[in-house]
Order: sequence, then C-alpha cells, then structure tokens
Amino acid sequence: MNNPKADIPSYQYVGTRSIRPDGVDKVTGRAQFGADFSLPNMVHGQVLRSPIAHGRIRSIDTSKALGVKGVLAVITAADLPDIERRMIPLGEQQADIRDAADNVIARDKVLYHGQPVAAVAATTLAAAQQALELIEVDYETLPPVMDLDAALADNATLLNDQQITMTMAGPVENPVPTNVAFYMPLAKGDLAAGFAAADLVVESTFETATVHQGYIEPHACLADAQTGGPTRVWTTTQGPFLFRTLIAGVLDMSVSELQVIPSEIGGGFGGKLSIYLEPLAVVLSRKCSRPVKMVMSREEVLRASGPASASRIWVKIGAKRDGTLTAIQAKIEMEAGAFKGSPVVPAVMTMFASYKMDSLLLEGYDVVVNKPKATAYRAPGAPQAAFAGEALLDELALKLNMDPVDLRLKNAVDEGDRAVYGPAFKAIGLKQALEVVKNHSWYGEPLGPNQGRGMAVGFWFNVGMQSSASVRINEDGAVTVVTGSVDVGGSRASMALFAAEELGVPPERIQALVGNTETIGYCDTTGGSRTTFATGMAVVEAARKAVAELRKRAAMTWEVPLEQVSWEQGQAIDLTGEHEPLPLAKITAGAGRSGGPIGGDAQINAEDAGPGFGVQLCDVEVDPETGYTKILRYLAVQDVGKAIHPSYVEGQMQGGSVQGIGMALNEEYVYDDKGVMQNAGFLDYRIPVASDVPMIETHMVEVPHPSHPYGVRGVGETPIVPPLGAITNAISHAIGKRVTQVPISPPRLLALIDSDR
Amino acid sequence: MAKNHVTTTINGQQVEYLCDATQTLLSVLRDELGMTGSKEGCGTGDCGACSVMCDGELICSCLMLGAEATGRNIETIEGVASSDGLHPLQQKFLEHAALQCGICTPGIIIAAKALLARNPDPTEEETRYWLAGNLCRCTGYDKIIRAVLAAAAQMRGETDLGEAAA
Repeated sequence: MNNPKADIPSYQYVGTRSIRPDGVDKVTGRAQFGADFSLPNMVHGQVLRSPIAHGRIRSIDTSKALGVKGVLAVITAADLPDIERRMIPLGEQQADIRDAADNVIARDKVLYHGQPVAAVAATTLAAAQQALELIEVDYETLPPVMDLDAALADNATLLNDQQITMTMAGPVENPVPTNVAFYMPLAKGDLAAGFAAADLVVESTFETATVHQGYIEPHACLADAQTGGPTRVWTTTQGPFLFRTLIAGVLDMSVSELQVIPSEIGGGFGGKLSIYLEPLAVVLSRKCSRPVKMVMSREEVLRASGPASASRIWVKIGAKRDGTLTAIQAKIEMEAGAFKGSPVVPAVMTMFASYKMDSLLLEGYDVVVNKPKATAYRAPGAPQAAFAGEALLDELALKLNMDPVDLRLKNAVDEGDRAVYGPAFKAIGLKQALEVVKNHSWYGEPLGPNQGRGMAVGFWFNVGMQSSASVRINEDGAVTVVTGSVDVGGSRASMALFAAEELGVPPERIQALVGNTETIGYCDTTGGSRTTFATGMAVVEAARKAVAELRKRAAMTWEVPLEQVSWEQGQAIDLTGEHEPLPLAKITAGAGRSGGPIGGDAQINAEDAGPGFGVQLCDVEVDPETGYTKILRYLAVQDVGKAIHPSYVEGQMQGGSVQGIGMALNEEYVYDDKGVMQNAGFLDYRIPVASDVPMIETHMVEVPHPSHPYGVRGVGETPIVPPLGAITNAISHAIGKRVTQVPISPPRLLALIDSDR
Repeated sequence: MAKNHVTTTINGQQVEYLCDATQTLLSVLRDELGMTGSKEGCGTGDCGACSVMCDGELICSCLMLGAEATGRNIETIEGVASSDGLHPLQQKFLEHAALQCGICTPGIIIAAKALLARNPDPTEEETRYWLAGNLCRCTGYDKIIRAVLAAAAQMRGETDLGEAAA
C-alpha cells in the first residue's frame, strides 16, 4: 500500500497534537477499566494459590469450603478440560496451550509460589475468602529451582521430567530431560578469523534481575456463562481476539462460542497478553449460573503475573584499532519461569542488530525455574541483551580511547545493510539519531565530581500482522472509526488523525472506538509496536474506500464521469470547474437517495514493518556514601518514521525511558530460600516515582518507513531498550568501575565501589 | 454481622450507605455507590490511584474505612468537572497528552488539585515531590508535570507557556 503521500513533508492533520477522542472520559473518571464492570446478580470469584514454589499436588479437598454460607461454586483443575499439548499461533509467536492451561490452574504439579490451585465463587468477597482458607491441599514439597545455576547444574531438580531441549529445527541430538527448554544459535561468518583479525578483544558477563511490567491496573475480568446463553467475558487485555483464542483453547471451546469485550486497559507493556483469571471466571459462572467477577490484588499481580526474564549474558567483542568490529560472540541465558518461553529468540536477534557484523555466534538458552511464567515486557529480551552489548561496547570505546558515539557511528547499519539476523534494512535513521546525540547541546559539557555520562543504542523489529477497521460517515458528516486494537497509550488519537487526513474532516469531528470480538473484524494484539503501523494502515484503507464512495456519489449527483471528481479537504471537486465543490456533509445528508449509507471497511495483513532505532544519553551523579544514583538529565532520540501524533510518540519515548530507569536502578524480585517473593507490593517493588526522575528530553528523527502510506514505524518498544546501557555506562564512568549487574541499587553500587575490581 | 449506616457528604451531596465494618471507603465508592472513577492499583496506599479528598486533606481511600466517613466531606474525581466544563487540570492533561492508559489519571488530578489549593505556584521539584505518592507507569511523568504547571499558571491567570496543543 505504498503512496506518494509518504514523500509529502506536511499534512493538514497528521502530525498535529489533537485532543484524544477518549480523553474526557479518562480525565473525569468515566472511562471503564477492567474492574469497573458489573452485571445484575453478579458474584465474586477468588483464587487459592500455591503456598510453595515447587511440589506435587497429592489431593485437594473442597468439601468444607462448599459449606461456607454464600459460597456457590468451588473449582479445581479437574473442572477444566484435560487438554492435549499443542502449539497455537499467538500473534508474534506461538503458545503451548497446555502450558497456558496449567498456568491458569495447576493440575498435577505446582511450579511457582502463587500458582492457582483452586477457585471459589461466592455472593460476597468475604465469603469467598473464608472459603479459600477451608480448602485443604496436600502437597509433596520438592526443592525449588530459583536461578540459572540451580537449573543448569548437572544433577538439577527438573521442573518437568518430560521436557527436552528444542531448537527451531526440532529436538537437539540425543535429547535428555532438562530444564533447558530451547536453544537458539545465530551464527554468521568465520568467528575464529574474526577474532584473529582484531587488535583488541574485550569480554564480560552481565546479569539482570526478574522484573515486572508494573502496570497500575491489576488483572480483572467479568464472565457471564449462564445456562443457555452465550459466553461473554469482559476483561482488561491487550488483545480481545488473542484472549478469545486462548480462553477457547484452554476450555476446549470454539472461538465463535465466546465473546470477549475489552475494557479500557490500565497499562499492559506485554503483561496483558496472557490469560490468568478468565477461564476460571467462565467455569465458575457456568457452575453457579451467575456472572462472576474476578480481580487480582497487587500482591497476586506480582506473585503470579508477568514477570520479565532474569538473564545472564556473557559477551566477547573483537575490534580493530579504528573501532571496526571484527567478531562478536555471546551466550544468553534467560529464565523462563515455570513454563518454557523466555524471549531468547528476540534477545539473540536484537542484541547486535544495530551494527554491521560479518562474524558472530550468538547462542540463547531458555531455562525454566520455579518463578511465575515469564511474559512479554516491552521489546521482550532486548533490554537485557542490549545492556550486555552496549556496556561492553562502552568498555571497548574506553580501551580504544574513542568517543562512544563515534564507535557506534563507525559500525552502525544503514539503508541496504543486512541485519545480523538476515534481511536488508530499508530507509532507517540510526546514523541520524547518533548524530543528534553527538551534536546535542550538553553532550560535550564538563561534568562535576561523582558524575558520569553514558549513552547506548537500542533496536526493536516492530511487527505488522492482521488488523481490521471500519469507517462510517454519519448523516451530519461526522465520522466514526472502529478498530479491534485496544488503546493502551492514545492510539485512538492516531486513528482519528489518519481518518481526518484521508477524509479532510477535522479530528474533533471523528470518534474513534475500540470494538469487541463480535463488532469488528479480527485484529491482532496491541503489541509489537504494531497498532499505529498496521491498524493505522487498515484505517487509511477503510477511509480511502469511503472516499471512493463519496466521489462516486458526487459524480452521480453531477452526472459526470468518476475520473472527473477528486476529493480534497473534505469536499468533492469537479476537476473541470463546472460545478461548485460538494462538501461531505451535503453528500451524506442525501446518502439515502444516492445509494445508502457511506463508509468503508478494511481487513489487512500488514507486512514489512519498519524497525526502530533509539539512542539515549544521560548524566548521573553517584553518592559514594549511600550508593544512590541521581539521574541529572536524560535525552531520548529515536527514528520514529513519521510521528502521527507527536505528543503520544514523545510519551512512548519518555515512558519507555523511565521504565528502563527503574529496571536499571531499583526494580527486582527478591526471593527467600524457599522461593517465596519477599517484596510483593509497590512499597518494596519500587517503580520510579515523579521525584526520582528529571524531565525526559525527546528528539524525534523522522525517516519515513517506505512500506507504510504515511511512513509510520512502530515506536512503543524501542525506547526501553537503551536505558540499561546508557545509565550503567554513565555510572561506570562516574565511579571508574564497570557495572555488570542490574538493578544497580544502592547496596549493590556501594559493594561495587568498595570492591577490588 | 450488622452493617454500618453512614451519612456523609460526597462531592457536595449528602449520601447515605450501608457498609461492612471492614469495608474501605474505596470499596464503598466503587462497589456500593457505583463511583468507579477512583481506582484500586495496590490496596496498600502505595500507588495513589484511589486518591480522594477528605475534609480538605488528600488521602488514599483504600486506607480509610467507609464507616469512618460519617459526617465528613469527601471529594472524588467525579466531582472535579462541573456543568460549566472541565477543571483547568483536566483540560491541561488533555492538551499536554499527560495520560496514556489513564488508570492513574483520576488520582493524579485529585492530588494535583490538592497541591494547587495549598500552593498555587509550585516549582517543578515541589510538584514532583507532591506527586511522588501517585504512580504512573506509562508517561515517565514528564507531561504530567508540565500539565500541572500549565494548569497552575492558567489558574493564576497567566498565559500557558507550555507545549500547548496545536
């Protein structure tokens, strides 16, 4: 769907900072999020969770719980179908539906502290909670496997004795039961020759902690599956169609038997691509023939949803004296949590995607441990991998006595270069972004004592995939746009701007809505930074169909050939000048006499998404007495393709940067020796607050992506990739020692300052 | 267990409700009165999404019992806009794109309104520390701070010098 419009530098509406269509609802408290839905006759569901991190369920006795006044139903895994293990396509990747089911409710084994083992529906929350305490579960406790060393040890306790190591091409040779679920090598060129050609070789090992996406809205849903009626689920999700697939898969239903209605979503960042409560709520609702509402507490969110993988990454880089990289080798080990599926594949593929490299071997290992099943978190796997890669490049620049931006510029990919993982890049703006940093007003400014400056690069693929959109023009000339993409960060504003530009209607005359699985065609998730790219493309196509229809109606009215009518600024133009322009509202007012309602629909599979590159720069000041790191100033630069709504693009850059600041400085899961998380609350799992951070300066580099009608490339995920490197590089320069572990929290930083390294 | 009969004032209107002795004010607002604008992000007073005003003081409604509201004056997000239009804070949040998902927005607007009531001309740093009890995971706080400072300027009768909407 190429269009010359991508070359036109300015648009009438696209690129303006319009007010988002859902804005008033959200600043007045009217917007309905996951926990805000209620139905008549509704009851409350609660989950009993495993008190141990690893064990076998010998028996569950629910009889006493059923005797509690107000309790209507108690369920265990025995009340859900015992489905077969199979992989189902799931947006960007695949999901093992049996693992998804076991994660929803444990059948034979519990694999992490907090895993559901039973659920209760009762007329009051208090009764449901009382009933949970009366469910008797007999466990055989097994040793918890809480980190990579324990999982990879020769005589390691196995989480799943059926599990062998798989690769893209099938099982490894001579497979044996193991905690390593997946092995992903990426090899290119002659590694030995590459290192032999180097003047300098650096290597180090880096570690990152288990972290949570930290969305402020806990998981919540409401299921209505009463006898004889349809099954409806209201839920907070990044993908109503994805959830329909997953819920139907776990409950062995056909997708068409199920309607999923997305609420407003209070943050996701990848964490709301997994089902947790929904199948339980449906089964409870069936059992008691009442609507059942289930809402997680923050403690449940932290103990049993998310998190993002902890990792250990060894990396070695060879380079010429002039900074040219000659060889790279890395071993990336990531914790999957209780079930396979850590993001080792994107970690391997993104780690050095920003650089030209002919000789490399990157190996990824997906390792199960007794923690909650790792879920996508904004550019899954990339921040961890980029931390290791960008920190070691920083070390290399130091050793070469070279400016770190110059080192990147020397090796940066540009249009026509092949990514390490295969395809050639179309137009991209990495070099421009690096130049922005290099020429930035404070890049060369002197620093004070205990201060340091660091920069790093980040890459994310972005995806396209399936989207549907419907554009309807009302009798008064106002427009309604419906898509199936949940709006997690202001995407309705962009959808309205696309329609505004195509139709020539001001954005304030356009309502943009999010449909559900029965009111709009299939849409893949709000994930992969795809919404503005792919769903935006569907809106453009649907609007163009509406414009074609509007031109047709004008041609009929004027009794002229269609080719004689163009559409400009919201009105039909007779190219011969014979007729006065016909405004949209006049055409729609007479639509009933000229052929009926006017609109357009589009169902597309958007291919060839444009990758994103970000470069971030920060100054820090370290307090050598307390180990506290203050971020003094922060700059995020990114190739954003074309910013449809610049404020929300900047917002993605700022929000991603600050999530990265949290990951770099504070956030981590803390476990005791039994595998129980010790900081399951926002007081102790500390995400950044307003007083922790400065303003986040943004600079958008706009290199239009040639495969989108407006040059859009995804922007949401890229900005969380550089922060770990940028911040730890700054700290390393401030203290004169290399930071190799995040979060570099005050105690860890003090230990590093005091160490002999 | 007998319920408590409570008479209180919410957004200027006298309200009566029945609540359990253990029920929080947040639960009363959301579950008994259908006022779901106040959100529960944590239930432990750490995130600020449930912020309301009680007798002019900013509180987390998840940390106050519904029964304690007897005779108090409670203000919630539902009372911030009037029939005359949006509050300047609400308007500036829209113009500055100071929300992404919007779940923290009601609490932050309540907290910011409390700040401006006691300090009509806060610095950036004062605003950041005042809002440190309100978690936002989407925005990185930049545009929130700018929106609050812009609303403060407007309420003082000054021209908004921030990055106003085009």
